[in-house]
Amino acid sequence: MHAFDYHRPATIKEAASLLRKTENSRVLAGGQSLIPTLKFRLSKPSALIDLAGIGELRGIKLDGATLTIGAMTTHSEVASSKDVAIGIPTLARLAAGVGDRQVRNAGTIGGALANNDPAADYPAAVLGIGASVHTNKRVIPADKFFTGTLETALRAGEIITAVAFPLPKRAAYVKFRNPASRFALVGVFVAEGAGAVRVAVTGAAPCVFRVKEMEKRLGEKFAAEAIAKITVPPGTLNSDIHASAEYRSHLITVLAQRAVAAALAGK
Amino acid sequence: MGINLSLTVNGRAVSADVDPRTLLVQFLRDHLRLTGTHVGCDTGQCGACTVHLNDRAVKSCNLLALQAQGASVTTIEGIGEPGKLHPMQEAFRAHHGLQCGFCTPGIVMNAVELARKHPNPSEDTVRAELDGNLCRCTGYHNIVKAIVAGAAAMKQ
Repeated sequence: MHAFDYHRPATIKEAASLLRKTENSRVLAGGQSLIPTLKFRLSKPSALIDLAGIGELRGIKLDGATLTIGAMTTHSEVASSKDVAIGIPTLARLAAGVGDRQVRNAGTIGGALANNDPAADYPAAVLGIGASVHTNKRVIPADKFFTGTLETALRAGEIITAVAFPLPKRAAYVKFRNPASRFALVGVFVAEGAGAVRVAVTGAAPCVFRVKEMEKRLGEKFAAEAIAKITVPPGTLNSDIHASAEYRSHLITVLAQRAVAAALAGK
Repeated sequence: MGINLSLTVNGRAVSADVDPRTLLVQFLRDHLRLTGTHVGCDTGQCGACTVHLNDRAVKSCNLLALQAQGASVTTIEGIGEPGKLHPMQEAFRAHHGLQCGFCTPGIVMNAVELARKHPNPSEDTVRAELDGNLCRCTGYHNIVKAIVAGAAAMKQ
């Protein structure tokens, strides 16, 4: 690792001020992606602003039709939360399948979203449910948040504070794991919300994306067979040693149908 | 440039000035000489460095020591001692859940949290929950047997 300074502010305001004042500083959440990046010297921040001391960034709240999860809430906390199990059970299961136990005990939802790894699970849930990302400055709708590989709409000095999920009528996430890394080779999140269906795909392309044609068909008829013949053209998908673009395209259609079936079965 | 780090390790208050780059595993091994926690891959994959941070299993090679500021850390040295093994350690001995033993401290630490969460784990649960630990010798079979037995022993 290159040398860096370290700060542990106690409030969001103090963290934002440190970020603004310290050129080339970075936010540290759970560190499960950032620490390896620093070890490989792929990132050279002048300072890390650790959010672990900010109590207001933690916690889960189920309030009417919205489930709000604080940015520093760990995957384990989401996986074992009663409120998540009641509000969006598939989100609890998704969190229980991120990385491994040790990673889930340290990694956070805010960190996962700010990192926007193209094979991460949470971006599929946030885009699939149409959640909104709250920061210290504004509220960013999911459709505007994920802008590219490891890129988001977050601006310099902006810190994710929470994610607000509208409760879907039903939803499910199905992923096909890379057998070695256990990351999603392809993951599909399907959610039927207020009058609309959303389908979000992770792992298959440089950034999480929606499949509008599937959404339209599922809006007409929420059944697996409605999308059996809809494919995402391989031209826009990743091709690497793990899977060809054609295979990923195939997986999207198969997993999307499984996700619809799982949503219907309440699993 | 050092920053003061104060935390509790195996029930003992510890304080030291550390370079911000110091990993938790380096702090435990190099500063405190608690060398039971091992460095396997150093990339957050193998789990040999697993310790408990506020009773939760984490990979200490994938955290800065400063991230444990004010926290309570438990290492393999903190759960048992020669002649008075933790029930999970005793189960690993009884079921021969190791060959070279390098990955064992990390697996035992993960297994202790696993058993707290799943007091009667099935073999399938154990295999799934061991996702974050790699063993290159055993093929896992006896590790799984040891954890099922260790979980049962922990209830007594």
